[in-house]
Amino acid sequence: MENTFDFKEIQGREERLAPGHRMCAGCGGTIAVRNVLKALHPGDKAVIGNATGCLEVSTFMYPYTAYVDSYIHNAFENAGATLSGVETAYRVLKAQGKIKDNYKFITFGGDGGTYDIGLQSLSGAMERGHDMVYVCYDNGAYMNTGTQRSSATPMFADTTTTPSGKQSNGKPQYRKDLAAILAAHNIPYVGQTTFIGNMKDLYVKSEKAIYTQGAAFLNVMAPCPRGWRYDTPEIMNICKLAVETCYWPLFEVIGGKWILNYEPKNKLPIEDFLKSQGRFKHLFKPGNEYLIEAFQKEVDRRWEELRIRCGK
Amino acid sequence: MKKHVRLVQSKCERVNKEILRYSAISAEMEINMGVKNRMSGNEAVAHAIRQINPDVMPAFPITPSTEIPQFVSNMIANGEVDTEFIPVESEHSAMSAAMGSEAAGARTITATSSCGLALMWEVLYVAASSRLPLTMTVVNRGLTGPLNINAEHSDSMGARDSGWLQIYAENNQEVYDNLLQAYRIAEHKDVLLPIMICQDGFITSHAVENIELEEDEPIKAFVGKYEPEHYLLKAGETMAMGPYATSPYCMEAKRAQAQTMMNAKKVILDVAEEYAAITGRKYGFFEEYRLKDAAFALVAIGSACGTIKDAVDDLRKHGVKAGLLKVRVFRPFPGEEMARALSHVKAVAIMDRCESYSCNGGPLGSELMAAMYRNKNKAEAINIVYGLSGRDITVNDVKDVFERLKTIAQEGVKDTQYTYLGLRE
Repeated sequence: MENTFDFKEIQGREERLAPGHRMCAGCGGTIAVRNVLKALHPGDKAVIGNATGCLEVSTFMYPYTAYVDSYIHNAFENAGATLSGVETAYRVLKAQGKIKDNYKFITFGGDGGTYDIGLQSLSGAMERGHDMVYVCYDNGAYMNTGTQRSSATPMFADTTTTPSGKQSNGKPQYRKDLAAILAAHNIPYVGQTTFIGNMKDLYVKSEKAIYTQGAAFLNVMAPCPRGWRYDTPEIMNICKLAVETCYWPLFEVIGGKWILNYEPKNKLPIEDFLKSQGRFKHLFKPGNEYLIEAFQKEVDRRWEELRIRCGK
Repeated sequence: MKKHVRLVQSKCERVNKEILRYSAISAEMEINMGVKNRMSGNEAVAHAIRQINPDVMPAFPITPSTEIPQFVSNMIANGEVDTEFIPVESEHSAMSAAMGSEAAGARTITATSSCGLALMWEVLYVAASSRLPLTMTVVNRGLTGPLNINAEHSDSMGARDSGWLQIYAENNQEVYDNLLQAYRIAEHKDVLLPIMICQDGFITSHAVENIELEEDEPIKAFVGKYEPEHYLLKAGETMAMGPYATSPYCMEAKRAQAQTMMNAKKVILDVAEEYAAITGRKYGFFEEYRLKDAAFALVAIGSACGTIKDAVDDLRKHGVKAGLLKVRVFRPFPGEEMARALSHVKAVAIMDRCESYSCNGGPLGSELMAAMYRNKNKAEAINIVYGLSGRDITVNDVKDVFERLKTIAQEGVKDTQYTYLGLRE
């Protein structure tokens, strides 16, 4: 597939998530949605799905909707199944000649609605091969209910259900590798990305996901200034550090082939990523160096595993 | 398992052949004349689905409704319907996909029972409040605790406040007739609500009975095409469904939804009348069986009504003025109409095939007694829980209840108003 990237042309496209919604300033979720939707070719129609979460309650608060396209929210754990129903209806009505336009189907869920409560519904929709894209905006905790841990929360993060304290170092477990789980579904396209540079990686992967026939999954790291506790304008630096430390590698799995999209020349130590965020503050207390070492070890292990998968 | 599938397939093929045979015969007959056949309740549902030819069917197997998606899958495999089947991974996803499909503008159907319906719970409310007229054929089975696969109404009764219309059947003929009327009611512009078409697990779903089927063409004309006013994929407009709403809007939304349930009453009767004009089979909110001059009455839902009718007939032969009020429509609840139909009765036993653990009786008992009180009905009334988890109810059981009613009519209700029938000591 030809993937040209004309930054000005793309950013000049119509906003399909209109301004005026109630998402926080600097919210990563909003950046993800805006940019994924920019990858829809002008003139193409879409139905946008959404799991319950910050995004839903802030972008479709009756009687206002921020979506230019048709939109459907059902519940928290069933965004995959709901859009699979919409997509099936489309194919049926199209075959009957009742619909002339071409539609694309994109659904958004946070990590709560995707990694955890909605995993079954997502797995079913992907396995059945519906022609749709599921986009997870992964901010690594249940932010809508006030930063409770999820299976996407990184190890040692201080959340409201894994608070750091005298007897606790934050979340005891490392995070689930959801992109690998989706790749194991053998769907045509899986991509993992975040906000880097001029959003080219996000754009290219979104376009591939949307215009690949069949089920596609996109995992987008989308920092949350409230939950991660960083200075809001720092978002782009944090994303860069996530990639340069190999905490959040950029990769794709296309037709079963693993492709590493970026390998840092000088892999940065994980402290650089951790120290930028208040949720890891306790790791930098004297005597807690071993926690950072454990974190580094897990990042290294996973990075090496990914490199091997990608034939490096 | 494979053996079971083969059995079902061969059964389905047999039914299809019979249908073809009867279609050939009926082609020579006068149009609109019912075609006599015999089939199970699930087969009757499948036959109605073939005639309706819905666009999309997401479903997940659960006993005793499993045959329905199997029959439809067979019909799809043989090119007899245009329906697209979504083999979802759970009932929660079945209802979620059904909601998405209906919202997108496709006529949608699903089937379930028991725990499957319980797993859908959350989404039932979403579908109803989104005003999506999808249809679900429910084969009633008890909810787990202990796990059991037999007839009970706890599944759909638990969903009675979800905003869905609910119509119950006594036998195979009725479930067929009710399903054919379902979309006409649900899709009516004054209603636009999802609808459950219920029958009793195994007792009617698997028992083969005589049935009168309608010809395809008049039924297709009666059901009509689905042409929603607004849907996600409608050309020239976009739509957003499933909002977050704050307190200033939610209460009004719920009141507006309640209005559609009230509107459904007239529509149900209108559709029944139109259906009767085609088929000769008449339906209302409920059936009054030898009730007009009855002194003692039972009120019940579903297959037990056949047994009760036998008991009534026997008792009438012996001079007992027994009668039955068989509830067909439970949502909307025709409380006032039922209270009026029972106004002359001395004593009434309201039968619930469902325990609601309220210490105040079952759902039908609680709601009907409240309606009788409000409508100044002075009959002595008791509530009886029977037939849980498929426990058999016999003609003699029913006669015992009428005996109790005779005593109560004379002496008033002395023991508790809410008792069990057929419980082992």
